[in-house]
Amino acid sequence: MDIPDVKEKWTSKINTVTIGATKEQGGTRGKTVTVGGASTLPFINFEGEIPNKPVIAGFISDVVPDWPEIILNGIGKEVNSPVEWAQKNVEQFGADLLSIKMIGADPAGKNKAPEECARVIEQVLKAVDVPIIIWGCGDDEKDNHILPECSQVAKGENCLIGSAKESNYMTIVAICKADKHKIISEAPVDINIAKQVNILLQDAGFDLNDVIMFQTTAALGYGFDYVFTIIERCRIVGLKGDNLMAAPQICDVAGETYRVKEAVQDDDILTGWGKLEKRGPMWEAACAEGYFQAGADILIMAHPAAIKSVKKTIHISM
Amino acid sequence: MILIGERVNAGFKDIKNAIVNKDGDVIKEWARKQADANASYIDVNLGTASNKPEALCWMIEMIQEEVDVPISIDNNKPNMLKEAMQVCKKPPLVNSTTAAEEKMNQLFPIVAEHGASIIGLVMDESGSPTNADKRVENAGKIIEKAMEFGLSPDQIFLDPIVMPLKFMQEQAKEILSAANQFQLFSDPPCHIVCGLTNISNDAIHTLLINRIFMAMMIANGCDAVICNVLDEELVNTILTAELIMNKSIYADSYIEAFRKK
Repeated sequence: MDIPDVKEKWTSKINTVTIGATKEQGGTRGKTVTVGGASTLPFINFEGEIPNKPVIAGFISDVVPDWPEIILNGIGKEVNSPVEWAQKNVEQFGADLLSIKMIGADPAGKNKAPEECARVIEQVLKAVDVPIIIWGCGDDEKDNHILPECSQVAKGENCLIGSAKESNYMTIVAICKADKHKIISEAPVDINIAKQVNILLQDAGFDLNDVIMFQTTAALGYGFDYVFTIIERCRIVGLKGDNLMAAPQICDVAGETYRVKEAVQDDDILTGWGKLEKRGPMWEAACAEGYFQAGADILIMAHPAAIKSVKKTIHISM
Repeated sequence: MILIGERVNAGFKDIKNAIVNKDGDVIKEWARKQADANASYIDVNLGTASNKPEALCWMIEMIQEEVDVPISIDNNKPNMLKEAMQVCKKPPLVNSTTAAEEKMNQLFPIVAEHGASIIGLVMDESGSPTNADKRVENAGKIIEKAMEFGLSPDQIFLDPIVMPLKFMQEQAKEILSAANQFQLFSDPPCHIVCGLTNISNDAIHTLLINRIFMAMMIANGCDAVICNVLDEELVNTILTAELIMNKSIYADSYIEAFRKK
């Protein structure tokens, strides 16, 4: 008796999105990064094509993030300068592109001015030639001031700008259209809102082929499974032909990991859990590898040991 | 949902006249309207206007000049189909075969050769079935034969044969039950299609009957329909029923998003 063919047949594929623009394309990047285009689930190479492997965006921020000394030491003294941190990410950690978060602009923190943020973007763009992802500080009102400034100094560089939500998408669409950038659409662990934000972006005249979805990210142990399921489900309906859900997806692994006790506290507090120096990056890597299996296309990561480990998985498995 | 636009059918006077007078504009206009309403296929039916393959090919060509939606060829004569298949730019849907052995042996090779799909009406030499069991039995015959010719489940559209509510009221329940059982033949299942307008034949509240029956069919696995795709409320019903069956993902603007597609 023949063994039946149980391969899944997908009717559609995930959108292909390119970030960055070279000189010929109107920017100054030395290379571009392309994600998406898959016609199958991650690892299931025999059911379709995976033309572009997932990529790692090196995490940097305008001010030093509130992470444990041990983790910051693992990255190096360069965390004190966005430019040096950017260079180290590209030259030593092997990041495919960079993700810059304007933590310092948070009104509840240092409340840095939009012009200061824009200056950081300018300097980073000069210092490295990989494509960049630009995030605000997470405060909608402040981001409405920061992002236009940052977008403008990066005009033509085809950056990825985050993030468009139900509450602020009009501003993001306007600046991304004007300065030729791509958009991260964000929904708070809610697949229905994720779809709605994409509908709104499309209604506002933004091409969904230029969108990356962000379901927000949960660190391992803190709702990871909810986000995993949403990423996976988006990927499946995208492959089944729901064009509103066929965008590649991004996860902020570093930003979330170094907020949870398992990746922050050393063994003097978490007795028996092992040294944080090793455990922190392990937590980051495990989280990233999980999202990679769910179908994430861009993983934002920080610790070189974690990056190295995940790069190896990507290299071996796809 | 696979929407098959029923309007380019010589049963409608304007289409019949267009075929007789070779007036391509009328055909094109209906093709455009249905494509704009997100039809997945445009059904082409010559009716009694002509029995010549050239006429069928001409209709298909007119549609393809206007839109790039694939064609559903509403004809079951092998000679007509062979010629019509040649002019189709995208793999068409053949509408339709029955479970009669001879018919299937004639049509399946043509479908397989062109990578097309086919609707299988679950009736056989003895006529239309009157209960769910007979419908399921005939569906089984169609699937078995289709597999022999190398067709995959997604190339087969099982049609439980919708009968008018007004004249055969006891049938609707049998049809729904049959559709439900069609899902069990394979995984992934074949498509399940219905010629919707039959249900409301000669009734007064046709639109309401169509919509309600459609929703009930979707609840029983139906994923394709030959219908008036310009009936917005019907399409809204379909979109909503599919959400309720968790076939698509809810978003507040799900109806608006479909219209803007």
